[in-house]
Amino acid sequence: MDFRLDIIIDYLPLILKGAMLTIGISLLSIILGSILGLVIGFGKMSSKMIVRWPMSAYINFFRGTPLYVQILMVHFGLIPLVLGRTDPITAAIIALSLNSAAYTAEIFRAGIQSMSAGQLEAAYSLGMSHRQAMQFIILPQAIKRMIPAFGNEFIVLVKDSSLVAIIAAPEIMYWSNGMSGQYSRIWEPYLFASLIYFILTYSLSKLLNVLERKLA
Amino acid sequence: MDPMIEVIDLNKSFGSQTVLKQINLKVYNQEVVVIIGPSGSGKSTFLRCLNLLEQPQGGTILIEGQSLMDPNIKISNIRAEVGLVFQQFNLFPHMKVIDNITIAPIQVRKWPVEKARSKAVELLAKVGLSEKADVYPDSLSGGQAQRVAIARALAMEPKIMLFDEPTSALDPEMVGEVLAVMKDLAKEGMTMVIVTHEMDFAREVGDRVLFMEQGIIVEEGTPEEIFERPIHERTKSFLSSRNGYAFLLQGRHPF
Ligand SMILES: Nc1ncnc2c1ncn2[C@@H]1O[C@H](COP(=O)(O)OP(=O)(O)O)[C@@H](O)[C@H]1O
Ligand SMILES: [Mg+2]
Repeated sequence: MDFRLDIIIDYLPLILKGAMLTIGISLLSIILGSILGLVIGFGKMSSKMIVRWPMSAYINFFRGTPLYVQILMVHFGLIPLVLGRTDPITAAIIALSLNSAAYTAEIFRAGIQSMSAGQLEAAYSLGMSHRQAMQFIILPQAIKRMIPAFGNEFIVLVKDSSLVAIIAAPEIMYWSNGMSGQYSRIWEPYLFASLIYFILTYSLSKLLNVLERKLA
Repeated sequence: MDPMIEVIDLNKSFGSQTVLKQINLKVYNQEVVVIIGPSGSGKSTFLRCLNLLEQPQGGTILIEGQSLMDPNIKISNIRAEVGLVFQQFNLFPHMKVIDNITIAPIQVRKWPVEKARSKAVELLAKVGLSEKADVYPDSLSGGQAQRVAIARALAMEPKIMLFDEPTSALDPEMVGEVLAVMKDLAKEGMTMVIVTHEMDFAREVGDRVLFMEQGIIVEEGTPEEIFERPIHERTKSFLSSRNGYAFLLQGRHPF
């Protein structure tokens, strides 16, 4: 089998630019998703049904439907509705953030609920409000426990971001598809794309291991 | 003088199980009340009701005349005045000992950091752990951890201290160091309610002893009355089963 390195070299600058965008989209999405996920996770633990129910519905919707469908709805439906026109990168970030919020919400909830009741009671009995107890006692400990699950979610997000090629956000897969189309080749574009994704996710998992060990 | 704590007809149940039945109690300023009784009799639940970690179904609790049942009070304000020491210490493992002690005064009382730290240093000296300020709780022995927990509660300058079997999770050789700190507190005039199985301690430090069983205060009196002349059969059998009463009969207090 011949393997055409020259077309990879030809596309290298574009694919590297795409990789930067993949990193950018993933980073922004995990940050926005986590902030939203924190709110939704707490909402789901609320004692009030009226708060709890919509949060559950949100989580069930985003976890129970394909990300592909969500991306299309955000790109062709939600973003035009808000901005008047659509924008692939914005749509990509919003769709991935909304999706990952549903997963991080469950990570936060599980992490917080894994804390022993004694920690919360000790905080309360010192006169702390619920917010203070969460901020100073529960969250700092729970977040440590969440790191593995959280890192996993980040890695999934990096890989899933490849789906936004369908709305023409110019990330790794967008350019790989272009390369495949232009040269009618399969292995060069997709193996090279795989390699880049692998480098990203592998470095990320190593980074998380270090972080975990440092915080332990 | 008004009591520091007044409990009127307190009822508490978990589901269909009634755990506290019509409990009445007054604790006056500087008084040390000791609660004894078999496991499962509701002692912990009772203490936890006193700072609303458990929500009673009926009755009234007044702390310095303030009703805890008043929907307009801020529970955290009441809790700030009532320290609670747990059997399992419940120190905050992600914070150094000193930060365990200063976090509540800084965040709840809004003390400046310097003031909170100097108070913490003073309290660590008081419980004999000055050299442990900058270590994390997991490097402490059980007895040290419990003394830090007491210091943490005292840092809020509470008016009342509640202790729920503070020495039950400790190795026997560490019980004494914790009881010594509590004795000092009693001498200084702290108002305390203590659940314990340490009968010698109860007798020495308690102004009043309550015997609780199956959610009822069966008998109440001075340590002398309860330990030497218990009236109820259930009190007698509890004390003898714990060897406390038998010991008294055999040895030190011949009738
Ligand atoms: N959160 C709870 N939910 C259900 N039952 C409880 C709970 N806490 C305590 N109980 C029950 O209440 C009873 C009294 O418990 P507790 O107050 O811990 O007794 P003690 O401290 O005297 O050993 C026990 O039967 C216990 O099983
Ligand atoms: Mg108990």
